[in-house]
Amino acid sequence: MSKINLTLKVWRQKNGREKGGFETYTAKDIDTDMSFLEMLDVVNEQLTHEGKEPIAFDHDCREGVCGMCGAVINGQAHGPLKGTTLCQLHMRNFRNGETLVIEPWRSRGFPILKDLVVDRSAFDRIIAAGGYISVKTGQAPDAHAVPVRKEDSDTAFDAAACIGCGACVAACPNASAMLFTAAKVSHLSHLPQGQVEAPERVIKMVEQMDKERFGNCSNEYECEAACPKEISVEHIARMNSEYRQAKWKAKH
Amino acid sequence: MPELNAKIPSGPLKDKWTQHKAHIKLVNPANKHKYNIIVVGTGLAGGSAAATLAELGYNVQVFCFQDSPRRAHSIAAQGGINASKNYPNDGDSIYRLFYDTIKGGDFRSREANVYRLAEVSGNIIDQCVAQGVPFAREYAGYLDNRSFGGAQVSRTFYARGQTGQQLLLGAYSALMKEVNKGSVKMFPRTEMLELVVVDGVARGIVTRNLVTGDIETHAADAVVLATGGYANVFHLSTNAKGANVTAIWRAHKKGAFMANPCYTQIHPTCIPVHGDYQSKLTLMSESLRNDGRVWVPKKPQDKRNPRDIPEEERDYYLERKYPSFGNLVPRDLASRNAKEVCDEGRGVGPTGQAVYLDFADALKRSGKAVLAERYGNLFDMYEKITGSNPYDEPMMIYPAAHYTMGGLWVDYNLMSNLPGLFVIGEANFSDHGANRLGASALMQGLADGYFILPYTIGDYLAGVKAGKATTDIPEFKEAEKYAKEKINRLLTIRGKRTVDEFHRELGLLMWNQCGMARDEKGLKEALSRIFEIRNEFWQNVDVPGSGTDLNQSLERAGRVADFLEFAETMVYDALHRKESCGGHFREEFQTPEGEALRNDNHFCYVAAWEFNGVGKEPVLHKEPLDFEEVHLAQRNYK
Repeated sequence: MSKINLTLKVWRQKNGREKGGFETYTAKDIDTDMSFLEMLDVVNEQLTHEGKEPIAFDHDCREGVCGMCGAVINGQAHGPLKGTTLCQLHMRNFRNGETLVIEPWRSRGFPILKDLVVDRSAFDRIIAAGGYISVKTGQAPDAHAVPVRKEDSDTAFDAAACIGCGACVAACPNASAMLFTAAKVSHLSHLPQGQVEAPERVIKMVEQMDKERFGNCSNEYECEAACPKEISVEHIARMNSEYRQAKWKAKH
Repeated sequence: MPELNAKIPSGPLKDKWTQHKAHIKLVNPANKHKYNIIVVGTGLAGGSAAATLAELGYNVQVFCFQDSPRRAHSIAAQGGINASKNYPNDGDSIYRLFYDTIKGGDFRSREANVYRLAEVSGNIIDQCVAQGVPFAREYAGYLDNRSFGGAQVSRTFYARGQTGQQLLLGAYSALMKEVNKGSVKMFPRTEMLELVVVDGVARGIVTRNLVTGDIETHAADAVVLATGGYANVFHLSTNAKGANVTAIWRAHKKGAFMANPCYTQIHPTCIPVHGDYQSKLTLMSESLRNDGRVWVPKKPQDKRNPRDIPEEERDYYLERKYPSFGNLVPRDLASRNAKEVCDEGRGVGPTGQAVYLDFADALKRSGKAVLAERYGNLFDMYEKITGSNPYDEPMMIYPAAHYTMGGLWVDYNLMSNLPGLFVIGEANFSDHGANRLGASALMQGLADGYFILPYTIGDYLAGVKAGKATTDIPEFKEAEKYAKEKINRLLTIRGKRTVDEFHRELGLLMWNQCGMARDEKGLKEALSRIFEIRNEFWQNVDVPGSGTDLNQSLERAGRVADFLEFAETMVYDALHRKESCGGHFREEFQTPEGEALRNDNHFCYVAAWEFNGVGKEPVLHKEPLDFEEVHLAQRNYK
């Protein structure tokens, strides 16, 4: 265990209506075993004692699975460590004396609510548009009625591991939500249970994604690089192909 | 005091639920849309209940404090979900799951509830598979199972180490399907502050919009609380930072009884505490005990590198003491034994508050690839947090507060003593007795939400006149005023200590005096300390910012204020229960071998507490536990 000192440049913005800007703080004697969010906790305790308002940031489970936390650190969504959410990023990954620029996700689809907190309800609306199998409680047959190839089930899982944090959007130069949307489309269409509604699902979800004013995909692969669950861009390719087929089917 | 009536149906245990369903009242399908139901919380219980109630045709309003219903803390459950499918053909049955759960709970739960839970467990797996939950499968395409603590069959279904996530996303998808249809109205970033009770009946809630600070009122024909447990009373726990007691505590203050609050589960396999800045403790799934062997050095203060300690100088204490269950003893036993060896000075790591969980043998036996398939994400998470690689070095683990078996009292229909107030999932006290077995929380949450509440709530609503829900009555105005005043009070103290400082102080006190082991002296000290901390809180807390926008300090302050009141009730309960059972271990009551010593003559009951004013001893109501099917026995896992 060792201690480091850091300079933080943090985006502060009172609410969605007012303009924001960077404030500079020092984070002193930071234990390198701390998580990034614990470092922010320490800074917030200090700000409170100084009579200032602490930095607002979303967080909950602090074990990398709820998808609530996230910020851009020195231009990288969730910081420098691959496959890691902010809460699982530990301070041993930073050097003494470093300056860290900390910003919220930036996208038209994610309006800022305060400081590092953004409104990601667009993701919920994309799921509501079709990101499910429309089975009602009680309708299910025995779980073993339909065997599922292990390969398909594993691929479905890889896509289903998405935590909906929004890092893919934040990392994309076009603020595209293709990886998020594709992960759900691909998760469900890899399973026999999800095939029935697959054509309608992909059309509805893509339409909603466009309505939410997310940008288009231009194959930068930044989303995959930033994704804390390392979800592959191959799912985007699959979604595009499903979308084309579904559109063709709808016409003919 | 009249005894509480749990309304357990008559008849043989195995027929109770079937008979009950066949005879309870129904709401006409054409009338269902006239009924308003409020669901607070969107974890496995709340999410599944809200989706199912909406499918049935009710008008449902759903509230969660997170930014999306998909983030509720059920998402962090790792290991799995139990069901008595008997797919592995190893002798499982509804009865066996029922019996294991009753025994695991140290004979302090209701037979009828637990039997029903085991009965519907299979339906849950069917439902989740149909929703697209990607459970682990074998190459033939069928579902894989593994074993968990307290059972000798493999009945746990899992989705890598993220079972809770996948089940919750299933429930969330079902919920969003209903949002899309317009049958559910979703209120994210909204926290329930008050329950509104009119003439003894729950009629709605008061909420705060966490973005704008607006205090709002919502009326309903029934209110369902699915707001989880209170393990954050210990400050450091495996729960999400936002998990809190506020909704059930404020309902308790309005008359709902709090049952068995001293039954708290300390999970044996968590990453140990390593600094005073620490914000949470991370769980390492119990499933790791399938392949990991727990040990400490035989000699106290042995500071050698674990790999330099020869086999004969290691004490695999769980295997030694409990040869038939070995490393898979129930959680309370595994935790208490870890504390015991650390108290003897044989703990490891820099603080001496840790034991090894060693995978060396499993690596030799099965190879790295197999272990990575089973536990890869857990090993990665461990390495990210600690900087140590469990493929090379044994993990270090220590118990941490994890789950709370206690909660609001409910009858067989999952309704509290306040008509119209239903409580499901971890927020109620119902199914786990004094100790919950691994992989049973997910089962209970989804059983309540998908397969129990949707039936039983109809029985209540059939007797309520529809369309009467209105906030235009004095009780709503009063509750709203009270909520506003409390917020103003918190914002105007402007003292010298932060909310977190108070939470830390309370948590440490509760961990030391009302944690893994308790005694009368310590509990009495805790009562006077809680009183002092609470008094200081209301004079010296500093809550910066305003009440009219997003203010996370204010949110935490309200929750910590409630923990400071609730903690007392928990201690009163622990003090009054002069026996040891499951997660409640009173030092004064143990067998010569150091196991929990129950007192069935005096304490074979549910302790349901009635609020009697802040700082005053609550009033005890007893619901006797009648065991018709199982024979009360000293638990034996040897």
